[in-house]
Amino acid sequence: MSLFDNSIKEIEAKLHNKEITVSDLVEASYNRIHEVDDQVHAFLTLDEENARQKAKELDNGSDTTAKLFGIPVGIKDNIVTKGLRTTCGSQFLRNFNDPLYDATVVEKLNAEKVVTVGKLNMDEFAMGSSNENSSYTPTRNPWNTDYVPGGSSGGSAAAVASGQVLFSLGSDTGGSIRQPAAFCGVVGLKPTYGLVSRFGLVAFASSLDQIGPLTRTVEDNARVLEVIAGHDKMDSTSANVEVPTYTEALTGDVNGLKIAVPKEYLAEGVNPEVREAVMEALKVYESLGATWEEVSLPHSKYAVSTYYLLASSEASANLARFDGVRYGVRSENADNMVDMFKKSRSEGFGEEVKRRIMLGTFALSSGYYDAYYKKAQKVRTLIKNDFEKIFEEYDVVIGPTTPTPAFKVGEKINDPLTMYANDILTIPVNLAGVPGISVPCGLSEAGLPIGLQIIGKHFDESTVFRAAHAFEQATDHHTKRPQLGGAKA
Amino acid sequence: MAEITKDQVKHVANLARLEITEQEAEMFTEQLSSIITFAEQLNELDTDGIEPTTHVLDLKNVMRKDEPRQWITREDALKNAPDQKDGQFRVPSILAD
Amino acid sequence: MNFETIIGLEVHVELKTKSKIFSPSPNAFGAEPNSNVNPIDLGYPGVLPVLNEEAVNFAMKAAMALNCQIATDTKFDRKNYFYPDNPKAYQISQFDQPIGEHGWIEIEVGGKKKRIGITRVHLEEDAGKLTHGDDGYSYVDFNRQGTPLIEIVSEPDMRTPEEAYAYLEKLKTIIQYTGVSDVKMQEGSLRCDANISLRPYGQEKFGTKAELKNLNSFTFVQKGLEFEEKRQEKVLLSGGEILQETRRYDEKTKETILMRVKEGSDDYRYFPEPDLVPLYIDDAWKERIRNEIPELPDARKQRYINELGLSEYDASMLTGSKEMADFFEETIQQGADIKQASNWLMGEVSGYMNKHYKELHELALTPDALGKMITLIEDGTISSKIAKKVFAELVENGGDPEQIVKDKGMVQISDEGQLREVITAILNDNEQSIIDYKNGKDRALGFLVGQVMKATKGQANPPMVNKILIEEMDKR
Repeated sequence: MSLFDNSIKEIEAKLHNKEITVSDLVEASYNRIHEVDDQVHAFLTLDEENARQKAKELDNGSDTTAKLFGIPVGIKDNIVTKGLRTTCGSQFLRNFNDPLYDATVVEKLNAEKVVTVGKLNMDEFAMGSSNENSSYTPTRNPWNTDYVPGGSSGGSAAAVASGQVLFSLGSDTGGSIRQPAAFCGVVGLKPTYGLVSRFGLVAFASSLDQIGPLTRTVEDNARVLEVIAGHDKMDSTSANVEVPTYTEALTGDVNGLKIAVPKEYLAEGVNPEVREAVMEALKVYESLGATWEEVSLPHSKYAVSTYYLLASSEASANLARFDGVRYGVRSENADNMVDMFKKSRSEGFGEEVKRRIMLGTFALSSGYYDAYYKKAQKVRTLIKNDFEKIFEEYDVVIGPTTPTPAFKVGEKINDPLTMYANDILTIPVNLAGVPGISVPCGLSEAGLPIGLQIIGKHFDESTVFRAAHAFEQATDHHTKRPQLGGAKA
Repeated sequence: MAEITKDQVKHVANLARLEITEQEAEMFTEQLSSIITFAEQLNELDTDGIEPTTHVLDLKNVMRKDEPRQWITREDALKNAPDQKDGQFRVPSILAD
Repeated sequence: MNFETIIGLEVHVELKTKSKIFSPSPNAFGAEPNSNVNPIDLGYPGVLPVLNEEAVNFAMKAAMALNCQIATDTKFDRKNYFYPDNPKAYQISQFDQPIGEHGWIEIEVGGKKKRIGITRVHLEEDAGKLTHGDDGYSYVDFNRQGTPLIEIVSEPDMRTPEEAYAYLEKLKTIIQYTGVSDVKMQEGSLRCDANISLRPYGQEKFGTKAELKNLNSFTFVQKGLEFEEKRQEKVLLSGGEILQETRRYDEKTKETILMRVKEGSDDYRYFPEPDLVPLYIDDAWKERIRNEIPELPDARKQRYINELGLSEYDASMLTGSKEMADFFEETIQQGADIKQASNWLMGEVSGYMNKHYKELHELALTPDALGKMITLIEDGTISSKIAKKVFAELVENGGDPEQIVKDKGMVQISDEGQLREVITAILNDNEQSIIDYKNGKDRALGFLVGQVMKATKGQANPPMVNKILIEEMDKR
C-alpha cells in the first residue's frame, strides 16, 4: 500500500506518532513522480530542492498542529506561486519564473504547512476539456494512457489519481475540476462562487472561475476546503461568510435527504454506462433513507452556448494583458509596437486560446454586444433561476458529471463544438455559481472511471460533502486505483 | 446560419491583436460561424424583462480604505520584463524606423 | 463669419488620494520610474482590483461641486484597447452608469454670464506614461497607472475659444476648491481634449467635429481652437468637407496638425467589470459628502462683494484660486484693511508670483506677516515706499515685519524738526530749483522731494516732506 492511500487524517496520526516524517512523504511523492510521470505528464515544474528543504524544516520544528502539516501538494499551473514558475500551460509564460507573489490559496496552504512539490499541467489558460491544449506535453489518463485525463485541471486530477501527491488544487470555470476528477476517478469540488479567493488565480472567465481541491476522498476534500475557503479582502467578489467546519458535516447520515435528478442530465447523449452508474448511485441513496425525484432544469440545453459566449468574452479581455511588455515571451520578429503585440500573442498562444479570444472579441464588438453577450447574460439569469427554484424543494441535485467516461486522445480535438458539448453537465453549475462535487461512482467496461455529480445550494458545501461522503462510505469506488508503471498507485 | 465573413474575422483578429494567416482566417471563419450559429439557439428564448447576470452573488460596495502600502521593489517590478532600460520597460516605437 | 462654432471639452482630473484607485500603491507625482508600482498596477496574471473608497468620495465631491446629479446605482466597466502604457489592455472605467450626470457651471465672458452643461463625470484609472526615445524605442513608467481619474465631459455648449478658456478656468477653480485634485496642467493632474465643429448659422445639426489633443495649457486650448476655427471655416468656404479627425496643437508653429482620421468610432468593447461589484450610493452617503464641500468660488465671491464691500472685479480675482482667497481671509483676520489686503495680493504678491513662477504657498510670506505689514502702513509707522522694501524681505525670507522695520531702521521719519533740517540743507544746495518752482515748474518740486528721500534713504514721511518743502520755499 502506498503512503498516499492514507487519508490526510491518517497521515497526520502517523506523523504525530513519528511513524513517518514529512521528508518521507516528500520523498514518496518525488519517487512516484519519477516513477510514473513520464507516462502521465501531470507536472510541468517541480520544486524539489525547496520542497525537501521545507520538509526538513517541518521535521525539525516542534509544532505539528497545522491542518495540512507536511502534506505534499501539487498546484495547478494557473495559480501563481512566488519564486516558482507559473506557465498556465502556455508558451507565452514559459519563462515566467517568478510571479512575484503567492495566490491567496497558496498563502493559506502554506500557513497550514503544506509542502508544494510542483506545478500541474493544464489546458492552456484553462481552456479545454482534455488537457490536449497544454502547450507542453498533454497529460494522460492514469487509468489508460491512451485516454485523456479531462481538463482543464487534467494534471491536478491525474497527479492525485496516480498517487504522485496527496491532493492538488485545480480551477473550475465550466467543469475544469469536476470533469477531470470524474475521468480520473478522484474527488473534485467546485466551491460556491465567492467562497474561495480568486486572487492569484490567472483569470479565464472572472465571473465563473473558482479554485477547488482534488483529493482521493471526500473527507480530505472537506479538510482542504476548510483551509482555502474564506473571505479575502484582495478579491472584491469574495463573499464575507463564515467558513463552517466541513468535516463535521460528514456524518454518513443522509436519511431524509431530498434529491432532485434533472431529466435533462440523463437525457439522450448520456452514455448508457454512465446513466446506469448514476441510477445505481441513486439506489444507494435510497437504501440510506434519502429520496429522489425527477425534476426539470428547463434551460440546461442553453448552458453551453451561454457559457461559451460569456466565458470567451471575459477571456478576451483577461488574456489581453499578455502583450509582451512586462512579462512573458516577446516575439523577436517585431519591429514596431503593434507588430510586437500581434506577433508575441500569436506566437505565444495556442489555437484554442486564439479561437476563444476571437469568439469573445466578436461577441463584445460593436453591433453584436446585445445580440450575443448581453443575451447570454440574460439566459444566465434563467439558468440561475432554474436552480433556485429546484433548491426551494430539494437539498441537492444529482446527476452524472460527464455524459461519457474519458475519451481517447485525439478523438475530439479537431471539433471544437463536440469538445464543448462534453461540459454540458458541469457548465450550468458555474453559471448559477452553486457548488458541485464529482465523486467516483463506478468503472466503465473499458475500465475507465465514472463520476457522480452532486450539486448544492449557494454556500451549502456542508450538505454536498455530507451527501458525497455518505455515498462514498457506502460503496468502494473510491478505493479503486489505476494500474500504472507496473505497480498499484 | 449566422454568416461571419473572413473580413470580419480579420477585423476581430486585429482588435484582439492576433496575427492570423490566410489559412487561419479561413478556419476561424468557418468555426466561429458554426459556434455562433449554434449560439443563436438563445434567440428561442424570450428574455424581455430579464435582468442580465454579471455577478451571481448580490454583493455591493466592496471597498478598501485609502491606505498606501509599498509591496514590491522597483527591481522586482522589472524582473520579468522582456526588455528594459534605465528602470523603464522598453518597447519598440509605434512606427518602424 | 458665416459659421457658428461649437465646442465641447473633455477634461481629465487626477484625484489626490493617498493610494491608487484599485491598488494600495502610493499615489504620488514625480517618483523614480516604476517605483510606485505593484503587481496589480503592472497587470500581473492573477491580480484583482479593489476599489479605494476615497476615490469614490472624491469623484462624488467633484461631481457635486459641478452641480451633477449623483447616481444611486453605479458600476465599473472594462474599456478594451492595447497600448504599452495600459497594462491589462483594458482600462477600468465607467460606461453607461457614470457617477455624476446633468451638471453645469457658470462662466463669464465679456461681462456676460453663461451656463455650460456638464454631460457626465465618471471615475476611472489613469494609464502609465509612455515616452518616445530617439533610439527607435519607447519607454514605459507605470507609476501613474492606477491613479484615480475623473473624466468631465461638457455639453457642446461653448461658442468661442474664449468661452472654452473661461470654462477651463472655472472648472479648475471649482475642483481646486473641493480639494480633490491639484489640477496642475504642467504635472498632468488636469488634462484637456477639445472637440470643435462649425455649422452655418441657423442650422440645427452639428457639423463634423475634429478632436484636438496635446493641449498643454489653457492658452494653448484657446489658441488651438482659434486656429482650428479658421482652418475649418476655410475648408468649408472653399466647398471642402471636414473629416472626423484627431489633430494635435503644435506649440511652435501655433497650428493644429493632423494625427489620424477616424474611421467610424473606436470599438472599445465595453462590458461590466466582473472583478468589481456594483456600487450603491444611498442618500446618507451622498449627504455626508455634500457636507464636506467647502464654500465654492461663486458663493465666496458673492460674499466678498456683499459683506466685505469689494468690487466685483476684486472679488473675482481674489476668489480665482482657493489658495489666494484663503490667504486673503487670513490676512484680514489679522485686522488688516480689506481694500489694502486686496490690493497687495492682486498687486505686489501676484506680480512676484508671476515673475518667479511661484505658487502662493511657495513664498516665504505668510498672511500673518502681510496683515501686520499693512497695519504698519495704516498707522504711519512705514510709508508705502518702505513697505515695498519690507515686502521684498518678507516674500524672500519671511519674518516679522515689525522686527524687519526695526532691524533695518526703516521706520518712517515723521519728526518735523528733523525733516525741516534736512530740507533746509537741500534747499540751500538747490537754489535753481527754488527759482524754477516759483516760475511754476512743478517738476522742480518732484525733484526736491526725490532729493529729500535720497537723503533720508526713503524713510521720510512723504506728505510731510511735501508740506515742509512748500512752506520753506514760500519763506524764501
